[in-house]
Amino acid sequence: MLGRLTIDALPFYSWVAMGGAAVTVGGGIAAFLLVTYLKAWKALWFDWLTSVDHKKIGIMYIVLALVMLVRGFVDAIMMRAQQAIALNNEGYLPPEHFEQIFSSHGTIMIFFVAMPFLTGLINIVVPQQIGARDVAFPFLNSFSFFMTAAGAALVLVSLVVGKFSQAGWTGYPPYSGIEYSPGVGVDYWIWALLVSGVGSTLTGINFIVTIIKNRCPGMTYMRMPLFTWTALCISILMAFAFPALTVVALQLALDRTLGFHFFTNGDGGNMMMFANLLWIWGHPEVYILILPAFGIFSEVVATFSRKRLFGYASLVYATACIAILSFTVWLHHFFTMGSSANVNAVFGIATMIIAVPTGVKIFDWLFTMYRGRIEFHPAMVFTIGFMVTFVIGGVTGVLLALPPADYLMHNSTFLVAHFHNMLIPGALFGYFAGMNYWFPKAFGFKLNEKWGIRSFWCWIIGFYLAFMPLYVLGFMGMTRRMEHYQDPNWQPYLIVAALGAVFVLFGIICIGIQLYVSAKEWGSSKDVTGDPWNGRTLEWATSSPPAPYNFAVIPEVRDLDAFHDMKLRGQAYQAPSGYEDIVMPKNTWLGPVMGVLGFLLGFAMVWYIWWLAALCFVASLVCVGIRACDDDTEFVLPAAEVARIEGARLAAIAPGDLHDMREFAPRGAATGAILPGSA
Amino acid sequence: MDHSEIPSRSTYLNGFFLAVVLTAIPFGIVWAELLTGTAAYVVIAVAAVLQVMVHLVFFLHMNFKSTPGENMFFLAFAGVLICIMVGGSLWIMIDLHHRMM
Repeated sequence: MLGRLTIDALPFYSWVAMGGAAVTVGGGIAAFLLVTYLKAWKALWFDWLTSVDHKKIGIMYIVLALVMLVRGFVDAIMMRAQQAIALNNEGYLPPEHFEQIFSSHGTIMIFFVAMPFLTGLINIVVPQQIGARDVAFPFLNSFSFFMTAAGAALVLVSLVVGKFSQAGWTGYPPYSGIEYSPGVGVDYWIWALLVSGVGSTLTGINFIVTIIKNRCPGMTYMRMPLFTWTALCISILMAFAFPALTVVALQLALDRTLGFHFFTNGDGGNMMMFANLLWIWGHPEVYILILPAFGIFSEVVATFSRKRLFGYASLVYATACIAILSFTVWLHHFFTMGSSANVNAVFGIATMIIAVPTGVKIFDWLFTMYRGRIEFHPAMVFTIGFMVTFVIGGVTGVLLALPPADYLMHNSTFLVAHFHNMLIPGALFGYFAGMNYWFPKAFGFKLNEKWGIRSFWCWIIGFYLAFMPLYVLGFMGMTRRMEHYQDPNWQPYLIVAALGAVFVLFGIICIGIQLYVSAKEWGSSKDVTGDPWNGRTLEWATSSPPAPYNFAVIPEVRDLDAFHDMKLRGQAYQAPSGYEDIVMPKNTWLGPVMGVLGFLLGFAMVWYIWWLAALCFVASLVCVGIRACDDDTEFVLPAAEVARIEGARLAAIAPGDLHDMREFAPRGAATGAILPGSA
Repeated sequence: MDHSEIPSRSTYLNGFFLAVVLTAIPFGIVWAELLTGTAAYVVIAVAAVLQVMVHLVFFLHMNFKSTPGENMFFLAFAGVLICIMVGGSLWIMIDLHHRMM
């Protein structure tokens, strides 16, 4: 009836497991009580969970990412604490717990922090940047979100019921095979990836279509804001790379569950094929995480330097080059597999080449800042911190691209330091910059800047303290994922790294305080115009938060910096001659229901509860059928209602709220006087 | 999406028929052990590629006349990526196999 799920799955076998389960269950109960206390169940269901509005889905993605960031960080600080004390002793974590913690840390940070964070930002911003009213497939968007959330829920549940994988976030066989990992851990890992992978693939498809088909008139490809360009490139990467992950995870599931031999030693299997297929997905994935951050940095650096983005075309081409080259370098993750020198050399050279377009981008951002009037908003500070720190990571990456050097540093903490050096400043700082930058767009009030700056300093100091020692330790010969060690020379470095983790903890707390303080002082930092930073791109033309339809009248774009151009021409904030009825997608309960079904399907497959898995699968198909047969998925917002919303918005804007655009107007070369006529 | 010709039911039925045949051939080969070894792999691979083409032509109605440029671009891009992924994997794994002998 319940497969291999018995009472022994509950974590009464060790205090660490019980502690994790208690925190998870306690967090769930606290969230439940909070929603009940606020009497928000109805609002939560009707305004949020069933919504197909891309802005609300985006906000839910980011909430998911922040919750999972805390969970992933708890894993990180536990590892740092263990390694700081585990010299010649067992520390406080038994090996099987330590292994689960590093596996879940990587899995969570990649799949359930970085992916939802960037998808959330893209969801909120991209349709507005291209002058669209919604994404191409609003229901698919909701479905994708709930698939991602279902995968995250599977990882969370593994803390309470059963154990998580001990095979690392990459889950290499043979260790992840049924022979060496007979428990449910690896199955949790597989099904969390499979369920959330469905969401990511569909998100990719959704945003490819949105960006190709839904751009407003005048928005040619070379007038798309850079964030939209990066979103387009990574959507393509998602659509093409995620199937590889789905296939490889399914193959491992077949090996484990049905006794197939894809990755076993016997019967013609080859475990190195797993590494090969995983990294065919894995390397594009790295760029899926980092390219949107590059897009955010491009927007932020132009806005807060008060200049047009330097080298827009070169940034676009660099992004496209990176997107294609990202499919040609995957072998550098397993140089030590034993390929011949020719194979390693080809992939090593390709890896070095991919550093070139990235370097182009760094110079473009620096030249954008050059002679700009830089404003040290938290988003800009994160950007500057990124540029300085990311270059170090890039240089160590080129070093690792040399196969002979990689043989020395493979699987050492040098590698750990390198990829954290790419992903924390490169990706996460970008997402934080984006959060600080676009928060007023999503919620209608600004984030507190003082606490934003504080969180930045905690994060960057914590980053350097935590990861620079790991570079040194890598050279000293420390391998990654060590539960305890015998070399006393390592301990001082590991203590410094643990101290770094504490600083990062302060950084996370600062973000929490920033959100709290900002919500408290809501009235004083309200964004009336919808354009708090004197922005340049089209998303600032909508109100903050935007009306459900974003644009009452679809704008026409004449320039790369579309909204900047509108402000210069005096066309911003003008009431149009008339409004039209707007067709909007209806909310639907199918998204959350299919998310629950996806979660139950994964859970049933993990525990071999076949009847439940079959039931969930059939029920999902029924849901798809219901949706396909439903012709009543849209409603009409009457023109009068649109006029009322827009009228109220324009009436609230006082002339003093608007930005002074005179300094941006073109001037005569001889006199310096502002030229008459339109800019 | 502007399609100059509206796909008829017979297109779908033809496509379905071809898809069934192209599925039956590999299954038959393995089931009845008509072919073994490299020959079987080659036939299965060819049937798979043809299957993809049948889907593209008969179900997704792609052709060189009426399909929008963007769609053809993405199809070509997919082709390039498949070449990189499959070709790269074969190269890597055959090289490895050779060195393991």
